[in-house]
Amino acid sequence: MSAATETILRPSVRRWGGLALAAAVVVGLYVLNEWLWTWLYGSVLGWDLTTGWGSIIHFFSYDVIKITLLLVGIIFAVTVLRSFASIERTRALLGGKREGVGNVLAAGLGVVTPFCSCSAVPAFIGFVAAGVPLGVTMSFLIASPLVNEIAIALLLGLFGVGPTALYVGAGLVIAIVAGLVIGRLKLERYVEPFVFETKLRGKVIDSSVGLTWDDRLAMGREEVASILRKIWPYLLVGIGLGALIHGWAPGDFFARYAGPDNPFGVLIAVLLGVPLYSNAAGILPLVEALHDKGLPMGTLLAFMMATVALSLPEMILLRRVLKPRLIAIFASVTALGIIAVGYLFNAIGI
Amino acid sequence: MHIKILGSGCANCINLEKAARQAVDELGLEATFEKVTDYADIATYNIMRTPGLVVDDEVVLSGRVPTVTHVKELLTAR
Repeated sequence: MSAATETILRPSVRRWGGLALAAAVVVGLYVLNEWLWTWLYGSVLGWDLTTGWGSIIHFFSYDVIKITLLLVGIIFAVTVLRSFASIERTRALLGGKREGVGNVLAAGLGVVTPFCSCSAVPAFIGFVAAGVPLGVTMSFLIASPLVNEIAIALLLGLFGVGPTALYVGAGLVIAIVAGLVIGRLKLERYVEPFVFETKLRGKVIDSSVGLTWDDRLAMGREEVASILRKIWPYLLVGIGLGALIHGWAPGDFFARYAGPDNPFGVLIAVLLGVPLYSNAAGILPLVEALHDKGLPMGTLLAFMMATVALSLPEMILLRRVLKPRLIAIFASVTALGIIAVGYLFNAIGI
Repeated sequence: MHIKILGSGCANCINLEKAARQAVDELGLEATFEKVTDYADIATYNIMRTPGLVVDDEVVLSGRVPTVTHVKELLTAR
């Protein structure tokens, strides 16, 4: 291509052409991934890929590439789509909504609004000070981390549409019900008083207004880079543990202790998951390996939800606006919801 | 010109301050900087995502770290 034709290429052609090319590379690698590693380790190096180290290293390499590609594709798509929503507009939509309708709307918006739990405190103050009821605000704050794009991406890739839909549905129901319960309990006295006294002044800056397509695509690329930078240690540890379980753990080891016949399986999974500080990217490779070893989906989903929805750092942040009793109620109600969903899924045999 | 950086000390706030200082230098403006780290104070500016950039007591940006060029546009637009 000559320099002259290059300058004629319209910016829009370059933008969408580049995007299409990137998408083709990601999809191509995803399709070739398993064949590539089997060829490299099996044919070139001549390893036995069915047992021991050969199986572990093959599984690890394959899973690292597969999960990274899934994350790149889905985080990018979700961030670009989410750039059309904003927390300012979400608050405006929730203002003046009654409990009930408000909780349903808040949980749904919690999934689609761009939000990081590091902003939980300013968002909480912003909602409550603007008159959004406490229970509705809590529905938003529970749904946002509980139903997250990393988990959706990985569940879709590793387990398919069915379990993903169940996870999203269950997460929404937990957030709605927990918010309703907190609203009914009239816990406003356990919110730090300064929150209600906060006077919001100045005009509201809506961060989603005035973005061009180039801005949105750049936000997508930046988000992919920043999330991968943040989660890669969890990812590698999670996939490593998953690979070890895949290659070494005796077939019925986990199923015997935490299988469908153990009535305490879900309870133990949630109690283990709450203090564990990780994210969906670190947990789902483990979940995949444990599922292969016969653990029921309800127990595993409960384990993942407990890990991502309830984290100690977020509780410590929320202490700035919530008194310990409300934090304890928030954590227990959410944990109970997760336990109930786990048992329900196990009972109907997902 | 008085510039406030709103945020509780996360990486984004540090990057925002860097971008703002560079923008001020490149434009040759006189500006004082102040960090607002207390959530109760941040909340009064009506922002729900940190970091936030406040120029002469008016919020001009929140929720993302802008490029230096973008900050320069925000500062000269005033």
